[in-house]
Amino acid sequence: MGRILRDVAIAVAVVLLLALLPSVMPSKAFQDFVIRCSSMALFATSLNLLVGYTGLSSFGHGLFFGLGTYAFALLMQKTGMALPSAFVLTLIISTVTAIVVGAICIRLRLIYFAFVTLAMQMLVHSVIISWVGLTGGDQGLQGGIPRRVLFGISLESQYNLYVFAAVVLAVGLLLMRHIVNTSFGTSLRMIRDNETRAAFLGIVVWRVKLTVFVLSAIFASLGGIVMSLFVSGAYPELINWPITGDAIFAIVLGGVGSFLGPLAGTMILLLLNDVVTRQTEYYGLALGIIILAFALGLRRGLLDFITERLGGRPAGGIS
Amino acid sequence: MDLDALLDCVTTSSCLVTQSTSGLIVGMLLFMVAAGLTLIFGVLKIVNFAHGTFYMLGAYLAYTVFTATGSYTLGVLAAGAGMAVFGVVFERGLISRVYGANVLMQLLICYAVVLICDDLVKIIWGADFYAMGMPPAFQVPPLFIAGGVVPPFYLLLIVVALVIGGGLGLSLGVTKLGKIVRAAAHNPDMVSALGINTTLLYSLVFAMGGALAGFAGGLAAPVRSLTPGMGFSILIESFIVTVIGGMGSIGGALIAAVVLGLIRSFGTIGFPLFTEGLMYIAMIIILVSKPSGLFGKEIV
Repeated sequence: MGRILRDVAIAVAVVLLLALLPSVMPSKAFQDFVIRCSSMALFATSLNLLVGYTGLSSFGHGLFFGLGTYAFALLMQKTGMALPSAFVLTLIISTVTAIVVGAICIRLRLIYFAFVTLAMQMLVHSVIISWVGLTGGDQGLQGGIPRRVLFGISLESQYNLYVFAAVVLAVGLLLMRHIVNTSFGTSLRMIRDNETRAAFLGIVVWRVKLTVFVLSAIFASLGGIVMSLFVSGAYPELINWPITGDAIFAIVLGGVGSFLGPLAGTMILLLLNDVVTRQTEYYGLALGIIILAFALGLRRGLLDFITERLGGRPAGGIS
Repeated sequence: MDLDALLDCVTTSSCLVTQSTSGLIVGMLLFMVAAGLTLIFGVLKIVNFAHGTFYMLGAYLAYTVFTATGSYTLGVLAAGAGMAVFGVVFERGLISRVYGANVLMQLLICYAVVLICDDLVKIIWGADFYAMGMPPAFQVPPLFIAGGVVPPFYLLLIVVALVIGGGLGLSLGVTKLGKIVRAAAHNPDMVSALGINTTLLYSLVFAMGGALAGFAGGLAAPVRSLTPGMGFSILIESFIVTVIGGMGSIGGALIAAVVLGLIRSFGTIGFPLFTEGLMYIAMIIILVSKPSGLFGKEIV
């Protein structure tokens, strides 16, 4: 219980700090950064539930991030639904999709799991591109998100959206933190380390895998909803395969073995993006060299590296 | 969806021939890239996510040598040789450091190389599209086979790809080196214990994979436009080919590549927007029903 209270206290403190910050430092760019960071960090952390904690390398997790953006934007644009209902319904749609997709994918292991999840994501991407009448095809869903009101608070204002994003991120991270700290989280790590032994100890492996697949999909689509509000719509790039690539880089850069590694990695990646694109048009060249330095120099993510330096052992990890 | 157009095409010989040959050249290019990919995976258990980059660099190299010397043959040879060297450098310098590491580490390194090479191509050749055009020897009127239009270069491309692929399959099957490569795919520790230099062998496999992708790039240069992102799309498709054909199976890659090429060329008539979707559906069905692919060995 003490641990949960401490985590909640930290989360509340950070959100309060972020909420107060603009009165001292009114920077639009900073607020944009936090909103994007909230969306991508939820997505990356949810992917790490699979990669770092369960040992399932999904290359298609962007399916649920993209599904979150499209489902939410469609519900808001095409129906008269209020924001909270669309929010909940989007998560339900993601849950159902994840149960179906997960039931098919978790039968496969290692690189085959990675490929089948990638194929699933790209299949949904193809459907979205070709179903022009509903999704706008490769132009995306334009026209903005109407009725951006949540319990009387208008998310039209950038400041409100910024606080909203911070709260969603904090709640999402707390929930995921709780998930990995329960006995269910222990089962995940056991499956990662030795699936056969886990099965012998009475863990129903497919059920645990499917459950974590669905849970991580829900958090990914939560990130997608924040992104949909930020970009005022939904675009095919948000479900194309480089979006999954971004999340993978974020978690590997930040550290798969630390719970906050994906958040750190997302911040590094977004900062790099903002700083480097301002300096040079050759973003890929700079990013590639930095990735190589991380991968070959540290040989692990930043937070894992720091944890090990301080003499600790990262909680998760890939071996 | 336009099933009538598809039916029309399949029932007219001219359209059938034109679409089949264009499907075949796509299939042959895919096959050469996928054969290298599947060879590297079979022996080293490494998924080379940078393989599309080899293809792209091969195409640019062929283009440059061709414009400098005027000889297309020299251009294709330079692309193959250049990418063989690049493959060895890539394996020794980067990939060999992450043998046995998680697939995500390999993915990360390969992706870094993709990003770097794409930008280097932009710096050296610029971000614009390049069209190399047909080499002078092939600037002749197309052949008409059963009413269908077939540029002679297409025939050359198909023959060369088949010869290279056949040669590769044959050398893996009958030569001593081929036996060593197959043995190393099966049990590298035992091969190493028998006194064979596996480090050298791994470099050689990467050189072969690189050369195949380089040749494919060189052959593609006259029929495809050259852009810094051209490696990406062929990479995804050659993944589909290796998965369907069976990771590690050259013969499987050939059949899957031809099927995929034909799906692509006829799909653009029947379902122009959903051609890729069809390929992913095929990939999912194969993975779920037989994860080792149509012609792959069972996974242990």
